[in-house]
Formats: sequence, structure tokens, C-alpha cells
Amino acid sequence: MPAEEFHEWLRREGRIVVVGASLAGLRAAETLRAEGFAGSLTMIGDEPYQPYDRPPLSKAVLLGKASPDHTELPRRRDIDATWRLGVAATGLDLAAKRVRLADGDEVPYDRLLIATGVRARPWPKEEEAQLDGVFVLRTRDDAVRLHRRLKAAPRRVFVIGAGFTGSEIASACRDQGIAVSVAERADGPLVGALGGVIGAVAAELHRDNGVDLRTGVMVTGLEGDSVGRVRAAHLSDGSVVETDVVVVSLGATRNTDWLTGSGLGAGPRGIACDAGCRAFDFRGIVTDDVFVAGDVARSPHPLFGYQFLSLEHWGNAVAQAEVAAHNMISPSSDRRPHMWVPAFWSSQFGVNIKSIGVPSMGDEIMITQGSLAERRFVGVYGYQGRIIAAVSFDNTRWLEFYERQIEMGAPFPVEYPTVDRRPEGRKPVPADFPDPSLPTHGPTVTLSGYSPSDRRLVFTPARH
Amino acid sequence: MPMRLVVDLNKCQGYAQCAFLAPDVFTMHGEETLVYSPWADEEQREKVARAVAACPVQAITADGLDGAGDRSTGAAQGASDAR
Repeated sequence: MPAEEFHEWLRREGRIVVVGASLAGLRAAETLRAEGFAGSLTMIGDEPYQPYDRPPLSKAVLLGKASPDHTELPRRRDIDATWRLGVAATGLDLAAKRVRLADGDEVPYDRLLIATGVRARPWPKEEEAQLDGVFVLRTRDDAVRLHRRLKAAPRRVFVIGAGFTGSEIASACRDQGIAVSVAERADGPLVGALGGVIGAVAAELHRDNGVDLRTGVMVTGLEGDSVGRVRAAHLSDGSVVETDVVVVSLGATRNTDWLTGSGLGAGPRGIACDAGCRAFDFRGIVTDDVFVAGDVARSPHPLFGYQFLSLEHWGNAVAQAEVAAHNMISPSSDRRPHMWVPAFWSSQFGVNIKSIGVPSMGDEIMITQGSLAERRFVGVYGYQGRIIAAVSFDNTRWLEFYERQIEMGAPFPVEYPTVDRRPEGRKPVPADFPDPSLPTHGPTVTLSGYSPSDRRLVFTPARH
Repeated sequence: MPMRLVVDLNKCQGYAQCAFLAPDVFTMHGEETLVYSPWADEEQREKVARAVAACPVQAITADGLDGAGDRSTGAAQGASDAR
């Protein structure tokens, strides 16, 4: 069938399966229908709920402004789908074009979208993770459990990890007068995402709001009492913190386990795809019927040296889902690249933190507007003589300007005058990111055979 | 039936029009941080509709209030319409 005819047939009566019924999956489904896809659409999700929004779970819900059961996403349009909720996908047969489900069913597809996202990384010591009072926060069920416990007036909440989620949880606790300790391996909160200069501001923010912040320490163990309730956390500096609620905020793990052995280029760092959201198989060959979107995807970005970026960002999930959906039902000449400029936000301790671009690529930062001491500023990150990212604390209206600067590859340091430039912002300083040479957990691929005709790739899945 | 709503907080610039027009649903927390309830009662519909319309950066999506343009978008137009 010629390509044009094939796509007409696909739009008319093809079968599209979306694995992952959260933000990216929903927005992709809506885009498919908006662009005239009239075939069958199946939405598969491991959680038994209609698509819901996650950011409120660590913000409005913990602040008591929203119920954890009711963050369902509004619909842009009717998607007329068959929903398979509460059933996880457990396998993929690329050759037969079928998704295997946990209940034994198999769902055939002509086009597949994988949007399985990430899950919270649990406390690595399983027995301690099982203690009553130890939580993670990612899903609606997690939020219901944590919310209930916080309402029961705990004596102290102990947060492990001062990334964005951990900081937001600490902020919500302080807002409600709950004593909270935060332990962070780095020298300050948010250091991995925004560097040490900004991390120092975040640390002050924690302390000024009454958080018992402990940096440069690791949690060595969680201690339970005789009935299995958590009682204390032990730290690497020898100190012990008594607590009755522990929230583990150690980042996320990509939901790719179900693809092990499928032949897709999927591993702990996500599923590699091209700029058009088509998944690579493990040989590095792009597929034409499997697409990826959202937190689980890794795709090359031309603005950032074609690096494969994995973005756990709300806006990325939406934008990438729209591109993936469009490309799924379009012939190659009509396809579009996903070139969204990374952007995210966080609110904590009453401060609105936003970022644009990829701060962690920056090696220098300059405060082009406002001042760190006032906690109202814009910081611009530079990399190899150009602006690569910007961060704002309570200064969001300027970010759009810097977004254009990033897109244009504007020079760094910023020489032109800016509104509210202070003496401290005249010169760039090191952005102070931690050493990126952390252990990697990537899968390994080895070559065997000696002549081109008998060379084989062997894929060794990583140990999680 | 209650309304589901979501605010694109990448777009939101803290103009606080929504917090003025539908204060039971949208509140400002600090100088420019918006905190909102993703689930609003039916009696809030009129106020939420005004907030959706008044948002200077059109960051609010609510059930049955926005996207009228999307809804009427045909297949042919869809490709150029999707963002």
C-alpha cells in the first residue's frame, strides 16, 4: 500500500493503543481525535483511575486546598476510547504488534504510543521501606495515605531528599505548623537541578521557614518500633532524628521494566526516540509504529547539542504527546519535530520557582535581575559562550524573554543592560553543579562476530 | 456535576485575575504562586468561566468551558491547529 493510502486507511480504521493513562496519554488521545483519527483507540493504565494531575498532589493537596481523590484532568474533547484501567501492560511483541496485559489479555495495534511515565524510587532497604509511616509521593493512592497521616498531627515529618518534591512536602508541612526535618546528600536543596548558587538560596528558604535542614548527610537507616512503626532516622553524621512520618523523595525510576526483552531501546533511563517521537529499538534503528511521549521518553534536542533529554516536566508531557499523536497518523513529510524548550515550575515556602532551558548543562550563572538576598531574581546559565537556561524566583514574567534568548543562542555572559541589575550580577560565577560522574545504570550493548554479515548486537538489560 | 480544571503553571504569570474572580477556587500563595483546587463545585461554574476568560495568558483549562475552537476543528484543519 503506498504511504499516502496507508495513512488514510490508518486514520479511518486503524487501531491505536496508548499505554499509560496519565497526562501524556490523555493529551495524545485528544490530539489524535482532534486531528481526525476515526479508528479504534484503547487506553491502558495500571492505576484504576481516570487520568489525573500529579503536581497538585505535593502542593494544593498537602496544603489542604484540594482533595487527593479529585485531581482528575479536564478533557479538551471526547476521545471515544476503550479504557483498560487498573491493568498494567506486562509485555510487548514488536513483530506481532501486540501489547500483553497483566490479566493475560493481548491488545493488537497498528500504532502504539508508550507513555508509561515514572514511579517514585522507593527506599532501597525493603524491610525499612515496609515500616508503617514510611511513604513515597507519586500517585493518587500515595497522596491519600500521606495526606491522612499529615492530618493526624504527626510529631515530626522526616523528608529524605531535598529535590523539588521533597522541598514542596517540607514547605506544606511548615505551612501547617508540622515540625519537619529534611536530609539531603548534596550541600543544599535543588542543587542537582539548579546548582549550588541557587541551592544556597533554597537552603536559607528552608531554614527561615523553620525546617531542620541537614545537608551533606546520607540517611543510613530507618528504625522501627516493636509494632513496625517508624520511630527514627539514622544519619551518616551519627545523629538520630526521632520521627513518626518519613517521606522518601529520592527521585523517580522510569517505567520500562515491562519492555525488557521486547527489543525496544528501553532501559532505566527511559526509551530512546527520535525527535519525531518514534522509538528506537535496541539496535539503534528507529521503529515506525511505536511512539513515545512524556517522562519515559528520551529524545534528542537540537538546541542542546542533540543530547538525548529525559524530562520529567508537566509541559513536556503535553507538548510531546501532541507531537507524537500528530506524527503517528501522518506520513513522514508531514511530521513535526518535538522541539519544546524545557520548562518547569515549583512552589515552595510561598516562592514561585520557575526554570527554562537546561540549567544543569550550564557551567556559569549570572544574576541578571534582582538579588539572591531578596529571593526575587532571574539567574541566567551559560554554556560555551551562550545562554542555555534561566531560573526565576518570584520573577516569572521575565522568563519568556530568556526563552527567546535560549532559542536564539544568545551570547553569554549577558552584556546588555537589564531591569534591576545589581552589582552582584555584573559577572558570571560558577553555577556549582555536583560532579556528573555519578554511577550510571544504563543497559549495556555488546557486539559479537567479526565480519559485517555475522555481526550481532547482544543486549544486556541493566540491573535495577 | 463538579468541574475538573487544570492550570498550565508554565504559562501562569501570577496576574491573579482568577483569584479575584473565583476566590474559592484560585488563591495566591505568596507574591506570584497560584494554588488552585482542581475540582470545583457546579455552583462555581459561572465564576470559573469568568476566570478562564479573564486569564491574560489563557492558562486555565476547565471541563466544558474552553476548547470550543478545538471541538469544532475538523480533520483537515487539525494539523495546523494543534500546538
